[in-house]
Amino acid sequence: MNAVRVGLLYFKVGVLNELQYRVNFFLQLFQSLIQAGTGLIMLALVYSHTTALNGWTEPELLSLLGVQIMLGGLIHTFIQPNMEKLMQDVQQGTLDYALTKPADSQVLVSVRQFQIWQSVEVFTGLTLLIVGLTRIESSVGVVDALTFAFALGIGIILVYCFWLIVTTSAFWIVRMENVLELFEGIYQTGRWPIGVYPVWLRFSVTFLIPVGFAVTVPAQAITSRLHWGTLVVSVVFAVVLFGLTRWFWRFGLRHYSGASA
Amino acid sequence: MSTEAAELPVAQLREEGRWRSLLDFYVTTMRTAVAEQLQYRVTNYFYMLGMIAEPVIQLVVWTTIANEHGGSVNGITASEFAAYYIVWTLVRNMNIVFGAPFWEWRIREGQLSGQLLRPMNILHYDLAYFAGWKFVVVGLWVPIAIGLSLVFHPDLHPTALEIVVFIFAIWGAYLIRSMFQGVLGMLNFWTTRGAAVFDLYMATEMLLSGRLVPLQLMPGWVQTLANFLPFKWTFGFPIEALVGHMSPTSLMLGLGVQVLWIGIGYVLFKFAWTAAIKRFSAVGG
Repeated sequence: MNAVRVGLLYFKVGVLNELQYRVNFFLQLFQSLIQAGTGLIMLALVYSHTTALNGWTEPELLSLLGVQIMLGGLIHTFIQPNMEKLMQDVQQGTLDYALTKPADSQVLVSVRQFQIWQSVEVFTGLTLLIVGLTRIESSVGVVDALTFAFALGIGIILVYCFWLIVTTSAFWIVRMENVLELFEGIYQTGRWPIGVYPVWLRFSVTFLIPVGFAVTVPAQAITSRLHWGTLVVSVVFAVVLFGLTRWFWRFGLRHYSGASA
Repeated sequence: MSTEAAELPVAQLREEGRWRSLLDFYVTTMRTAVAEQLQYRVTNYFYMLGMIAEPVIQLVVWTTIANEHGGSVNGITASEFAAYYIVWTLVRNMNIVFGAPFWEWRIREGQLSGQLLRPMNILHYDLAYFAGWKFVVVGLWVPIAIGLSLVFHPDLHPTALEIVVFIFAIWGAYLIRSMFQGVLGMLNFWTTRGAAVFDLYMATEMLLSGRLVPLQLMPGWVQTLANFLPFKWTFGFPIEALVGHMSPTSLMLGLGVQVLWIGIGYVLFKFAWTAAIKRFSAVGG
């Protein structure tokens, strides 16, 4: 309970900090529009040469793109800034400031920094999703919408776990700012239905780097393609991965001797 | 009479010395870059794997479409797509340069103040360092290329001429991109919010260079437009030089256009740099 209170408080301070930089909203909006525009052009290109990709029609893929951008926005707002700060702290030896505080260290390193303007992407993604859905011509039920929200939540947990596991390895590797590029690159696989990838790649982006689960499952939910079995698997996977992450974080901490601040 | 005769060789010698020390400088900086970057193999690999996701995704998507439509899209077969995107990874590795957004970091962190005290134009330092880095990057790239080739079976049969042109073309691409990213980087002297412009530039490059898809898949007017802009000459041309079946004339013409863009980029950079540096008031050091 205490952890939640600390988290919320940090979030509030983070938001207040970011609200000082209001022009960044317009900057972010512009960048988000460019991102969406490039995505739309790519879709148009693909569908100028075909009518269905791996069984997905254009509006369906548009919805998938929307979900991918939405989840990306959530990652950029909540997860990535914290992980970047953690990497920086390990490199510069300033992590001790967080570790010596009395609260749970994993909670602390996960709630220290937020980039609130990045959430513009969530709305861009949502717009694309809604446009896509209206063109599919199958009505979205309440159950579908709820399942979608639930699956998206699971997706965020999966991505968070993955990010923290990778960032924790900074205790050994130290210099790893390029992990950002790695993740951004691999996250782009989520723009396309997981079925188009060859088996080895499909496996990797499902379990090694859970982009497949994080993006495809919610997209399947909202387009009524989801099998309940998949949802159960993803919940179990999230629980197991969260436990593993917790263990790995503590394991990493035990091996961390600090670089002095 | 004798003084006149003596003056010429001295001037000539001085000029020669200048070039020799510039060459020395490049060789030494490149060596330093190699030694330095070899230490960071893991982080270099992270970067490269992230970068390689982009062409692999495109490759998979277009292969799927090709297979669903009797084996080819616009006459490009699955194994030709494989060749295109695998060569893409090498070209991309070569045309990563000191990017415009890093100028912001350089100014904000006060790096530039110190760098200005050095005797040569800053461009030389960046060009030399990144050129050296390329040798490490290409070394690390080889196993990835082999892996991708085993998985995707590229259709690649370049002639000797195509290979030679390709080697020149990837360095041409490196120089063109260095110049234009430098010009764009000068924007950071006027604003701290250059990111929006950089994003727009990158998106334009993505579409008009052959980075996203081979330009053949684009509508005709886009292809025509691409011919007259610098972007294509940093991605599409080097790749096509190796994988496409270009005539010797168009290969040479392509290298010529690259030289032209390097020149234009250099002149633009000179102008922008002169204007920018006048606005610079030092931050830290």
